[in-house]
Amino acid sequence: MLKYLIKRFFWMIPLLVGISLISFLIMHLAPGDITTSEASFNPKASEESRQKLRALYNLDKPVIVQYGLWMKRMATLDFGTSFASHQRPVFWQTKDKDGNIALGMIQEALPITLLINVLSLILIIAVALPLGVISALKQNQLADRSITLFVFIGFAIPGFWVALMLMYWTGVQHNWLPISGLESIGYEHMHWYAQIADKLKHLFLPVFISGITGLAGISLFVRNGMLEVLHQDYITTARAKGLHENRVVYGHALRNALLPLITIFGLSIPGLIGGSVIAESIFAIPGMGKLFYDAVLMRDFPVIMGILTIGAILTLIGNLLADVAYAWADPRVRRGVMQ
Amino acid sequence: MHGLILELDAGLCNEKGYAMKKAFSNPLALLGFIIIASILVLAFTAPFIAPYDPDAIDVKAILLSPTSHHLMGTDGLGRDVFSRMLYGARISLMVGFVAVGIATAIGIVLGAIAGFYRGWVDTVIMRIVDVMLSIPTFFLILAVIAFLTPSIWNIMIVIGLTSWMGVTRLVRAEFLSLRNREFVLAAQTLGAKDARLIFTHLLPNSLTPIIVSSILGIASAVLVESGLSFLGLGVQAPQASWGNILTDGKEYIQFAWWLSLFPGLAILIIVLGYNLLGDGLRDAFNPRSSQH
Repeated sequence: MLKYLIKRFFWMIPLLVGISLISFLIMHLAPGDITTSEASFNPKASEESRQKLRALYNLDKPVIVQYGLWMKRMATLDFGTSFASHQRPVFWQTKDKDGNIALGMIQEALPITLLINVLSLILIIAVALPLGVISALKQNQLADRSITLFVFIGFAIPGFWVALMLMYWTGVQHNWLPISGLESIGYEHMHWYAQIADKLKHLFLPVFISGITGLAGISLFVRNGMLEVLHQDYITTARAKGLHENRVVYGHALRNALLPLITIFGLSIPGLIGGSVIAESIFAIPGMGKLFYDAVLMRDFPVIMGILTIGAILTLIGNLLADVAYAWADPRVRRGVMQ
Repeated sequence: MHGLILELDAGLCNEKGYAMKKAFSNPLALLGFIIIASILVLAFTAPFIAPYDPDAIDVKAILLSPTSHHLMGTDGLGRDVFSRMLYGARISLMVGFVAVGIATAIGIVLGAIAGFYRGWVDTVIMRIVDVMLSIPTFFLILAVIAFLTPSIWNIMIVIGLTSWMGVTRLVRAEFLSLRNREFVLAAQTLGAKDARLIFTHLLPNSLTPIIVSSILGIASAVLVESGLSFLGLGVQAPQASWGNILTDGKEYIQFAWWLSLFPGLAILIIVLGYNLLGDGLRDAFNPRSSQH
């Protein structure tokens, strides 16, 4: 297991180099250099900020030196300071000479996005698992057909449209739920339990929206996995030796059908992080997605590059965790990888 | 995410033959085909059937609810929503086809090279795929658009350039499994050149899963475009797209439900159509699906 971990860890290095190359390429996509590119969205694109941009990315140096310096930035996670929001550090807090701490923008936004994604993953598992299992057990019966219909609609429904409709229905028409931000006015003066309730109310719609778009895929995946496993010889054996059907389904079949789900969750991380842009900008949630969207509108290049890189690194970590979890849960995989 | 799962599944199909007939005996696949065909017809005939000029502003007809004059009502500038929807269908169809066309072309070339030549070329290409897969696609698209300017052509190119990884893996896997089959070895023994092996033997035999994954890919491209347009970073006004009609709908949501309802439904229906068609074709081409 340890050997596998080490091997798997070193495998990330070429990927990181690749990510640095791609992000470097994107920076140089704009015709001319990024300082002269049409910063039409940004009213603050003064000569001064151009100078800063040039200094930040060392645009006056040869390309190869620029790339080396960009790699160094990535390695130390130093993405400079934002153009748009008063020189705040992009990634992590810094202290100035008077001892004032300026919090990093990603530092503040990341926990919020992670929280929403973790909650929506829990929602997905809680709903998609039973749906998939029922669908497989009642194959081609009414329940299976209705769940399949639901899955197809779930694939096709645009999340931002559902968000808009729910926002209107629960927030504007009935005033049941808050429709923007994470905290109500006067949040600081509430009791801790009222604070939690307030947070949950604000989180309900965003979590629901990011959950609903992932539900369909996972429940289809569980269904197909279950069907595949139920046709295996060891299931026949389990039935033949007289095990109770519940034991066969939940003890033998489900456990094996769930294994590949670990990988699917790992693979779905970039989608979830990327998907946060729409949900967070609709509900004005100050997470990574909203931060990124605002940065794109303002052409705040240091923030864009910072989030792009951090998002990719998070994905790598997520995939690493998924692979390790899979190897831990399934000895066959562990052996297969070792050989 | 669902695109990924469907793509993984798409790799399963192989045998051809009676498949087309089987596909259209599947009512859901047929429904998907009818949906896409009808939208194609509506989009092509838009200039003839649209009752109004889609960009014509009419200050006397602002935010009218749906009536027989304005089937889907009018928007905040008095433009006829039905006419704008018809022209918007052209955008959705075009973005889907062009973006997936680009992605599929890249995927076939890289996948074929990787699967045919194997060795270090394969390793390099597959590592590039891994790198691309680890960058959140939507972030990547938005970042590129931030450095360029949002326009329909940029959108199509960017979506195409960021979604070729699935096809590459698919083609590579097909090539790897076909490479050592007898008919390929026979052709090689007879002295066929690499190009001939690739284009007349391997590629035609991997075509079915490629087609299925392309159709499913179109579905996700349509969703991405509408999301970008909704965020104001896609198709720019005054050109109509279902995504940017919905953006207007967001502004007027308290007074004009029709502005949000119709474009959302339209996106749902077209994506559903592609998914049903793609899924039906996969089932039809997949001999194993009869077991389930």
